[in-house]
Amino acid sequence: MINILSYDFMQHAFIAGTMAAILAGIVGYFAIIRHLAFAAHALGHIGFAGAAGALLFGMTPIVGQFILTVFAAFGISLLGERISKSDMAIGIILSFCLGLGTLFLYLYHGFAGQASVILFGNLLGVSNQDLKLMFWLMLISLIALSFISRPLFFSSLEPELAEAKGISPFTIGLFFIVIMAIAVTLASQVVGVILVFTLLVGPAAIAIQCTRYFWSGMIVSVLISIGIVWLGISLSYFTDWPISFWISALTFVFYLLSKKLSKDNLVY
Amino acid sequence: MEVFDIIKAENVSLGYNQTVIASKITLSIQPGEFIGIFGSNGSGKTTFIRTLLGLIKPVAGNLFIFNAKPTHGNDRIGYMPQLRMIASVAHLTSRTIIGASINSACYGLPILSKKQKSEITNILKLVEAESFADRPFQQLSGGERQRVYLAQSLQGYPPILLLDEPLAGLDPRSQERFIELLYRIKTKLNSTILLTAHDPNPLLKVMDRVLYFANGHAAIGQTKEIMTSENLSALYGLTIDVVHYKDRLIILGENQNLSDYHD
Repeated sequence: MINILSYDFMQHAFIAGTMAAILAGIVGYFAIIRHLAFAAHALGHIGFAGAAGALLFGMTPIVGQFILTVFAAFGISLLGERISKSDMAIGIILSFCLGLGTLFLYLYHGFAGQASVILFGNLLGVSNQDLKLMFWLMLISLIALSFISRPLFFSSLEPELAEAKGISPFTIGLFFIVIMAIAVTLASQVVGVILVFTLLVGPAAIAIQCTRYFWSGMIVSVLISIGIVWLGISLSYFTDWPISFWISALTFVFYLLSKKLSKDNLVY
Repeated sequence: MEVFDIIKAENVSLGYNQTVIASKITLSIQPGEFIGIFGSNGSGKTTFIRTLLGLIKPVAGNLFIFNAKPTHGNDRIGYMPQLRMIASVAHLTSRTIIGASINSACYGLPILSKKQKSEITNILKLVEAESFADRPFQQLSGGERQRVYLAQSLQGYPPILLLDEPLAGLDPRSQERFIELLYRIKTKLNSTILLTAHDPNPLLKVMDRVLYFANGHAAIGQTKEIMTSENLSALYGLTIDVVHYKDRLIILGENQNLSDYHD
C-alpha cells in the first residue's frame, strides 16, 4: 500500500479522485431525488464536445469541458421547464453536442489518443494545474450547495408545495443543474465522460437504497463514493486494468448488495 | 361583535392568462368555517385554490384573504396539493419528509433544532401518524400517506387549510377516518378549512357550507340550499335531479348519474 503513494501521479490520482467522489456523492443524491439521472448522463457526454473543442482551440480539455457543460446545463433548464418536457430537451441538446464533438475531433489533426483519454478518463495524468482547478470547483460547488440545500431538498420532494411556499422551482432547478455540470466535469476526470453516470449516480443510488434519513443518506453516499474510487484506483494499480472498469464494476456489485440490504429493515 | 371575513371575493373571475374558467364569484367565508368545494373536473376548484395561494392572479374582480390580496408564500395558509410526486423519495421516512418543509424557503443546510424536532413530533401526534412516522413513506397505505401530507400542511398551525382532493383514491372507510381526524383537528385549532372533493356524501356531517362550481359559475350556501334540483339544474344548464335517499344525496343528470362522472 505504501508503494502506491510513493508515486506523484498516484498521489494526484487519489487527491483528484477523492475530490470528485465527495462532490459526486452529494450532487448524485439530489440528482436522484430530482429525477435528473438522465441529465447527469447527458451532461457527461456533452462534456466530450467541450473537451474536443478545447483541444482544437489549444486549451486544456477540462476547461472546455467545464464551459460547455455549464452552458448545456443552462440550455436544459431553459428549454425543459417541466419534467415531462425536459427529457426531450436533454436528448436534443445531447445529440447536438455529440455531433459537435465529432466535428471537433475531425478538425483536430493532433494525437487521436486524446479522444480515448476524454472518453475513458485519465486519472493518472492529472496535472497540478488540473488539481487546483478541481479543488476550486469543488469548494465553490459545496458552498453553493450548502447554501441552497434546504429549499433544494424540499422542492425536490414536493415541487407543488414548494412553489406555494414561495420557492421558485425554476431558479432552484437552474442553480442545481449548474452545480451538477461542475460535478460531472470533476467526475469525468476520474472515469471519463462515458462512465460519468457510474460515479455520479451509482453511490447515491446505493445510499438511497439503504438509508431512511436525509443526512444518513448524504453521508453514506459520500463514503461509498470515496470508498469505490480508492478501491478502484488500488485495484487498477495492482491489476493494470483501467480505473474506469474497476469503479463501474464495484458500483455494480455494491448496488446489488444494497438491493439485498434494503429488503431487510433499515436502521439508518 | 363584527364578523370578520377571512376570505372575501367580489365579482371574481378565475382563470389562466385570459382564459376565464369561472366568473362573477362573490362570497365571504368566516373563520372556523368548513367549506366543501364541488364541481366537475375543470370547473375551477383547483384554480380557485391556486388563486387563493397567490400562484395565479384573478382575471377580474377583488379577492381578499386575511383582508389583503393573496400573496405567494403566505405561511398563514396550509396547503395540501392534489398532485404528488412520490416515486423519488426512496426510503425516506415521513418524519424526514415533514422535516423538509420546515423553514423550507430559507437558505442553508436542512438541520433541525431540538425545538423543531419536537414540533414535528407534535404535528405527527395531531394527525395520529406517530406510530408509522419512522417507516419508509413508500411503504405506507393511501390513508396513512394522506395523514402525513395533512401533517405537512399543518406545519406552523396556519389558520386556513386548503386541501385539494384529499379524499381522492381513498376507500370509503379511509375517507371517513380522514374526515373524522380533520374535524377533530379543526375543532382543536379552530381552523378554516376549504376542501375540494367529488362526492359530498362523506362530508355532509362536517361541512358548514358548500361552494359549487359548474358551467363557468359558482354558488355558495348551505348544503341543502345549493344541492337542490333547481340550483344544480341552473348551474349546469341541464336538468338535474337531487334525490335524497336515507342520509345520502344522489345527483342525477339527464340519463346519467353525475356523481359517477365526478372522477
